[in-house]
Amino acid sequence: MNVIRALTQNKVAMFGFAVLLLLSLIAIFGPMLYDGSPWKMVQRPFIPPFANDRFLLGTDTLGRDVLAGLIYGARISLLVGLVSTVIALLIGIPLGAYAGYFGGWVDEILMRFTEVFQTVPSFALAIVLVAIFEPSVYSITGAIAIVSWPPVARLVRGEFLALRNQEYVLAAKLNGQSHRNIILKEILPNSLSPIIVLASLMVATAILLESSLSFLGLGDPEIMSWGYMIGAAKTVIRQAWWLSFIPGVAIAVTVLALNLLGEGLNEALNPKLSGKREH
Amino acid sequence: MKKIFMGALVACVPLMTPIYAAEDGGTINVVVQPEPPSLMIGMYSNATTQQVGGNIFEGLMRYDQDLNPHPMLASSWDSSEDGKTWTFHLKEGVTWHDGQPFTSADVVFSIDKLLRETNARLRTSLAHVESIEATDDYTVVFKLKEPFGPFIRLFEVGTTPMLPKHIYEGTDYKTNPANHHPIGTGPFKFSEWKKGSYIHLEKNENYHVQGLPHLDDVYWYVIPDAASRAVAFETGKIDVLPGGSVENFDVPRLTELDNTCVTTDGWEFFSPHAWLWLNNRQGPTSDVRFRQAVMYAMDREFAKDVLWNGYGKVANGPVGSKTKFFDENLPEYEYNPDKARALLDEMGYDGEPVRILPMPYGETWQRWTEVIKQNLEEVGINAKIESTDVAGWNQKVSDWDYDISFTYLYQYGDPALGVARNYISSNIAKGSPWNNAEGYINAEIDQWFDEAATAFPDEKRQELYSKIQNKLVEDVPVAWLMELEFPTIYNCKVQNLIDSGIGINDAFGTAWIKQ
Repeated sequence: MNVIRALTQNKVAMFGFAVLLLLSLIAIFGPMLYDGSPWKMVQRPFIPPFANDRFLLGTDTLGRDVLAGLIYGARISLLVGLVSTVIALLIGIPLGAYAGYFGGWVDEILMRFTEVFQTVPSFALAIVLVAIFEPSVYSITGAIAIVSWPPVARLVRGEFLALRNQEYVLAAKLNGQSHRNIILKEILPNSLSPIIVLASLMVATAILLESSLSFLGLGDPEIMSWGYMIGAAKTVIRQAWWLSFIPGVAIAVTVLALNLLGEGLNEALNPKLSGKREH
Repeated sequence: MKKIFMGALVACVPLMTPIYAAEDGGTINVVVQPEPPSLMIGMYSNATTQQVGGNIFEGLMRYDQDLNPHPMLASSWDSSEDGKTWTFHLKEGVTWHDGQPFTSADVVFSIDKLLRETNARLRTSLAHVESIEATDDYTVVFKLKEPFGPFIRLFEVGTTPMLPKHIYEGTDYKTNPANHHPIGTGPFKFSEWKKGSYIHLEKNENYHVQGLPHLDDVYWYVIPDAASRAVAFETGKIDVLPGGSVENFDVPRLTELDNTCVTTDGWEFFSPHAWLWLNNRQGPTSDVRFRQAVMYAMDREFAKDVLWNGYGKVANGPVGSKTKFFDENLPEYEYNPDKARALLDEMGYDGEPVRILPMPYGETWQRWTEVIKQNLEEVGINAKIESTDVAGWNQKVSDWDYDISFTYLYQYGDPALGVARNYISSNIAKGSPWNNAEGYINAEIDQWFDEAATAFPDEKRQELYSKIQNKLVEDVPVAWLMELEFPTIYNCKVQNLIDSGIGINDAFGTAWIKQ
């Protein structure tokens, strides 16, 4: 409860949280308000924002509604960001936990394996993976998960290394508890806070990665996303700057909100930091 | 008795006479995109090889924008009454860039030996030729097996460039060192090629047309990024942007700049024709009603205005309007979604998904795919866009692993050269995305195309090609989109930039710069 109180007192973090809540609502309910598809050519191309009441943010190079694109884009950005982060956690946490808990050769093998992924530039690897498996929302989510789990594994391993010789862990061992129980019930709950903080930042990174892939034309061709909108508008940036600017702002605000929330979580969950705040 | 087709003096007036008001001197800077693999025009058919090489080499004839032949290295020609014997009289006093004289031996060697081996497209046409003989130093006689209508349109520099026998005879053509330092008869000589940077051509002081060329130097600049090419033009570093070298979306902005001229001339010979491959073998696209529905569903005027800035013309059939034997009285497929829905109902289309394979040639084509998908969805066709790169596109179309895909191909002035290949059943073969990749089989069409190529005279060919066009428009083996026009954007100080049906692919022989 302390944590939630600390968090609610942090105005900046609450701002981030509010923005994300709003985005989530838009992502969930927006498409219900907007019947039809964001790909539909509804008006003449290149209507600037606020020039037409029906199309508040104007139309793009083909006369598609920019606002509709933004709403559908929110859905895909958040979906890809969340799902890929969950997958990355599902890969990273067990790997890191085993490596840190058992140490020795298990640690050696798992960490060398992790390093293989860490040494390849993550964006380049993501491009290659998406290109090989053909761009679709599944391949994009998978590729982002595959390039983002190594930091999780590293972090979890560090936590486990630090905690595995704590007295309560040793007590559990003497108690005859199974390794599985010790990992899941004793150590993991005590190392959750840094993982939560990391996860919130990973969602932000994943959204950026998805946008970058779509910008490069490696997005799912069936799905309207913010990165696609910027990529499609880059050729006309000198005639219609707003077509790149609007989805760019959307990405920036989302990523910023996630970072603010992550920072707030970090302060709230970290006793040393939250202690400082109370001075 | 022989019939003279073209008198040397009268006919060459509009094309090759020096314009006396022209000023001599100056340099022209042109974009070349992408950098060509070679300048050896007889062995590489890349568009940019032709653009640069067209200044160095020459053909026997040139073609004006109505595709009529004009003298070039052949000063006149005549044909026998049955259309089977053609006699070419060569221009005298022409020398290669290394000083050797150009004679009939070069013509026979170029066509019969070198190009027959290296140019597949010409080789197909040469199948109609029985013999090529030099009767004296300046006369060449072609004997045909049967009259072959397109024969007169085979001699443009890109298809049949004249190459020096004294350099290539007895060598391995592909590895001949002269490929890196090409020797032709054209108005400009090869000077230097800095890979990745520029190609420099210099004035041929001994050019065989008095007073030409006007320009001292031609520089072709390699600028790999479309936005940088536009900027280079804006800053004045570049004088000429050949068609297609900037993104379509940039065209209106550039043409509004001061002192900027734009023309769509110079593509008549090629007449690039864009269509959708519809796989006739399987799925909904194998039903003619579905294919007709696709034609009615597409708003092609919208695509023309929005994606191509209004340049070009909606295509209604297999033959371009600038190509010979175009029939202008064909039935039209207007934009009519209701008709499309009715046709789909009639065939009982059940929503089976069809894949659309975009052509990975840049933003315009990507957007065009999105527009077509949207058009198809409006009438209830369940269309899905696939993603692919250039290699993947080539492979999928070549292997017939597609439902709907984009393409555009050149027509080369005559249906026998550039149209028949996409519809005759003998041209169905895996491995090429340029043949009858849709898999359309119609014995009647096969026979008509066959007869039309060798029918004589032209009235008979017209009759057959009209029948062909009507039948194809009814069957919709592919969904025709547009006759494309690629505007050439240039600095208005450049005069006489384009003066033939092949445009930038021809030499800048008569071009000059107003100081």
